[in-house]
Amino acid sequence: MKITMNIDGVRYDDDVEPRLLLVHYLREQAGRTGTPIGCDTTNCGACTVLMDGVSVKSCSVLAVQADGTEITTIQGLANGGLHPLQQAFHEEHALQCGYCTPGMIMAAADLLRENPQPTEQEVRDGLEGNLCRCTGYQNIVRAVMKAAQAQAAGTQAQTAEVAS
Amino acid sequence: MTAETVDHEVGKARTRKEDARLITGQTSWTDNMTLPGLAYVAFLRSPYSHARITSVDLSAARQAPGVMAVFSGADFAAEQGSLPCAWPVTEDIVIPEHPPMATGTVRYTGEIVAAVVARDRYAAADALDAIDVDYEPLEPVLDMEAALSEGSPKVHDAGNKSFTWTFANGDLEAAFRDAPVVIERTYRQQRLIPSAMEPRAVVCAPVGDEYTMWSATQIPHVLRVMLALVTGIPEHKLRVIAPDVGGGFGSKLQVTAEEVLALLIARRLGRPVKWSESRSEGNVATHHGRDQIQRIRVAATSDGRLRGLDVDLLADMGAYLMLVTPGVPLLGAFMFNAIYKMDAYKFNCTGVFTTKTPTDAYRGAGRPEATFAIEHVMDDLAAELGLDPLELRERNWISHEEFPYTTISGLTYDSGNYEAATALARDLFHYDELRKEQSERNAASSPVRLGIGVSTYTEMCGLAPSRVLGSLSYGAGGWEHASIRMLPTGKVEVVTGSSAHGQGHETAWSQIVADQLGVPFDDIRVLHGDTQVAPKGMDTYGSRSLVVGGTALVEACGKVRDKARIIAAGLLEASPDDLEWDAGRWSVRGDPDQGKTIAEIALATFAAHNLPDGVEPSLDSDATYDPDNFSFPHGTHLCAAEVDTETGAVTLRSYVAVDDVGHVVNPLIVEGQVHGGLAQGIAQALFEEAVYDSSGNLLTATMADYLLPSAADLPTFTTARTTTPSTGNPLGVKGVGEAGTIASTPAVVNAIVDALRPLGVADIEMPCTPERVWRAIQEARNGQ
Repeated sequence: MKITMNIDGVRYDDDVEPRLLLVHYLREQAGRTGTPIGCDTTNCGACTVLMDGVSVKSCSVLAVQADGTEITTIQGLANGGLHPLQQAFHEEHALQCGYCTPGMIMAAADLLRENPQPTEQEVRDGLEGNLCRCTGYQNIVRAVMKAAQAQAAGTQAQTAEVAS
Repeated sequence: MTAETVDHEVGKARTRKEDARLITGQTSWTDNMTLPGLAYVAFLRSPYSHARITSVDLSAARQAPGVMAVFSGADFAAEQGSLPCAWPVTEDIVIPEHPPMATGTVRYTGEIVAAVVARDRYAAADALDAIDVDYEPLEPVLDMEAALSEGSPKVHDAGNKSFTWTFANGDLEAAFRDAPVVIERTYRQQRLIPSAMEPRAVVCAPVGDEYTMWSATQIPHVLRVMLALVTGIPEHKLRVIAPDVGGGFGSKLQVTAEEVLALLIARRLGRPVKWSESRSEGNVATHHGRDQIQRIRVAATSDGRLRGLDVDLLADMGAYLMLVTPGVPLLGAFMFNAIYKMDAYKFNCTGVFTTKTPTDAYRGAGRPEATFAIEHVMDDLAAELGLDPLELRERNWISHEEFPYTTISGLTYDSGNYEAATALARDLFHYDELRKEQSERNAASSPVRLGIGVSTYTEMCGLAPSRVLGSLSYGAGGWEHASIRMLPTGKVEVVTGSSAHGQGHETAWSQIVADQLGVPFDDIRVLHGDTQVAPKGMDTYGSRSLVVGGTALVEACGKVRDKARIIAAGLLEASPDDLEWDAGRWSVRGDPDQGKTIAEIALATFAAHNLPDGVEPSLDSDATYDPDNFSFPHGTHLCAAEVDTETGAVTLRSYVAVDDVGHVVNPLIVEGQVHGGLAQGIAQALFEEAVYDSSGNLLTATMADYLLPSAADLPTFTTARTTTPSTGNPLGVKGVGEAGTIASTPAVVNAIVDALRPLGVADIEMPCTPERVWRAIQEARNGQ
């Protein structure tokens, strides 16, 4: 089947098997290997990407279902430099082996879109679908809270700039 | 001129160099690898726990679209050898043949029976369905005690016992004779699935008669040697690369069937091949951890002083002995006595074969099992004597003035301060207030009880002195290697035999070298995980990298400084004896303006125009360090658990971890290791268990069935440290990779049992799920 999608700002036109998973399409046909695969039952969330701005586990979406959408992976999250979540994950030591990190950051991005000022418990509950085996989550929660603050400060600064 | 002053890097909370690639998706996981002509391998695995293969028909699979080749065990019978066990713990140990691909009998669900090689992973998976295997089912062997009874079906012709290993010191009979208090318990260490987030993957590329293997492994160096020994391919024609590796926790401390077969298939076909594991494949096929039945007896005086300790273990080996399977319980043998003094100790362990996935190292490997048993029994003993569990420990532990102290199991603990760690933990936990609240709730018969769990653990890290490993019949040494390469521009390449898979060695090693050579942190690059780049190493496991590999690094840096001194003396026209080293610079004593920085010396060495006679034009150095002793981190962990007696639900209200890991190179990394360790230890206490049905099928074969904790399942931990440096190495470090996991399981279970003891509950088997907790309460109420 012919599909067209925009991945991290680049348009891809391809012919794919109907059963091809989005994550395999991203990794093996589009060469976007920044999104890893951690399980085969949609439990771990390592493969989380944004589809039209909303987080999906790309192992549970067929490539053909993503036809016509805009996909953002960890490799396209920041427009140059680092996204506040990437920066915060680095500063708060929110990763060790880093395998869950792309999915964790993409899921957190969607969480902050829906709830820009979450409580710690809301972060814990919001990331329930993303598993990490290294960090015990404490620094991940810290990093997401920090990114939320950074984004809020950024938004305030922008508002102030517009107002002045 | 004066050298730029460099602050001390060791001790700084440096953010990690590794992160730049990991947070942006630029990582090199093995499964990312692609090569021209790469073919995909898929394995057909036994659906039976125990069966004889009566026929294998590959003909239909060979005709499937996109298929290049299909193999069964018979195709490799002449060359596949037997997967290695490097730890024959006794002379009469039974080490069964373990062909990477089964040829006659399968002995666990998930054992490899056939392989398909195809153009892509989907075609390979499709063709597996076209393979026709006939099995004659045999009786599964699933229970260790039943496996040892007469008349049990046999896993191997030689029987179901692999070995019995015994250690004894002191007069145990005397210790127990007329002892005022004897406590006897049986604890069960459930089977666990390590579950590193990156599943295993292998890529193997042949070029002529040479082979490069990329593998998601903790042990590229050990793997290379073992591949050569198993397949007969000469070691110098094998290169093993562990690229970015997504966690291990022991599960990638292995020489696997898939690695051997990838190599043999690549050789047979003359083309590169890739295998990447699915999670549900990994749950049955990657080795499991723990799985012991522990019978423990302690004898004590009426005031709680320990007299003797008697430990009898059954350890489930699973179907075969993997790389260090039989050695895992031995690593615990020396730790049951923990931080306590006693007169006599006996340890006995029998390794048992069952028709389950083989077990092997999982974070802590032997030490969490031992620590769980002793810390649990100490809480039970305190309850029996009506003593506060911290008070009981204080009456028995080695006091800080007594170090170095040789324990009843024969290890010499170099340093420690259990008093200090416990005092700090007590304060941070608000121990007395919580005890008061607990009594109030008990007095009010509150439906939600409060329990306090104590774990004053120690562990042996820095594996290991080679002589000790030799005395325990391990097949290799425990040294580590490091090289320093001084580049002409003053930058430094550090080559380490440690093979990181999330630990942050690139950052921590840079901090150590920055201090040792006085060069900026950012001018250092750490190379590892490739036998062509870092040819010597013993790899990463057992909290050994910093203690052993870090010391090798310090020694290699010392050699660079020594060479630089001679060359600097030549440049300065001074005697080497008149030079002194400070912050990356050799200068003339009493005339500090006369000096050369290490960068200047490196450039002069590169030019080599003006070196003293007989001095080689190189500052580079190598060091291989073999430790004299283990290191012994310790700490006091306190857990407060609320137990809802109506639902059995357990909520961790607070968790305080005070760890003493000696000097700390990077507090950020250390804290992260503790957090992650706690999560895994708590998960054993509350959530995780590999469950088999009566036919030997793994019921927890997916992540939907095997419960790994999420962020929502864990509390925020309070962590702190005391610092009692190790005296065994120049950095004063002890290792931290496993401490959290070792300490936390007993702390949590002790808290739950402490909450329910007033209701008559004596113990709860792990994992302490709501159902198990609820049932234990009902049974106690019904007087069972």
